[in-house]
Amino acid sequence: MAVSPAQRRYNWRVVILAIVYAAVLLPVCWLFARHLVHGPLAYLLGALPALPVSGFFVAIGLYLAQERDEYLRMLLVRQSLIATGVAMTAATFWGFLEGFDLLPHVVGYAWPIVWFAGLGFGAGVNAAIERRAA
Amino acid sequence: MNNRLRDLRNARGWSQQHLGDQLEVSRQSVNAIETGRYDPSLPLAFRIAELFGLTIEDVFVSPSKEK
Repeated sequence: MAVSPAQRRYNWRVVILAIVYAAVLLPVCWLFARHLVHGPLAYLLGALPALPVSGFFVAIGLYLAQERDEYLRMLLVRQSLIATGVAMTAATFWGFLEGFDLLPHVVGYAWPIVWFAGLGFGAGVNAAIERRAA
Repeated sequence: MNNRLRDLRNARGWSQQHLGDQLEVSRQSVNAIETGRYDPSLPLAFRIAELFGLTIEDVFVSPSKEK
């Protein structure tokens, strides 16, 4: 399948962000596991892994702004809406069950991971719709 | 929305990829429009009609006239 220039740029951004995420997360975890950072520096380093993760959302926004093919844009919008529905629904259910002490606490950064999983589910829905119509 | 895009394209012996290249959209988009899975925006509908030297109404069937 041909890849549009905007898709190519998006793919590159995602690959670079994934590399940056891995490069940042491992040393930060190492430092915190050994209690080597304190004070303001700890906050700075602690927030560092959030930057590339936030960057994934920026990359998606840039793709939607730069993609000239309106149908491809619509596919990603549908995918993102499905991902948002999955993540928000999961967070809501988990939040209530956790609030009633029925489930353990889940860290906040788990929900973007669920959102990305939802993005994968959305891609599956798109593919199923395409296949059914073919 | 029903349309005559596939017939018009076939009449010229064009592939979906060739039509997509001329419209500056993907082959996927052409396929989605031809099969009625996606209704193009007004600017794209105009580009399609103008490419075939037709009006929008000659290419796309108004939903109100489908039944």
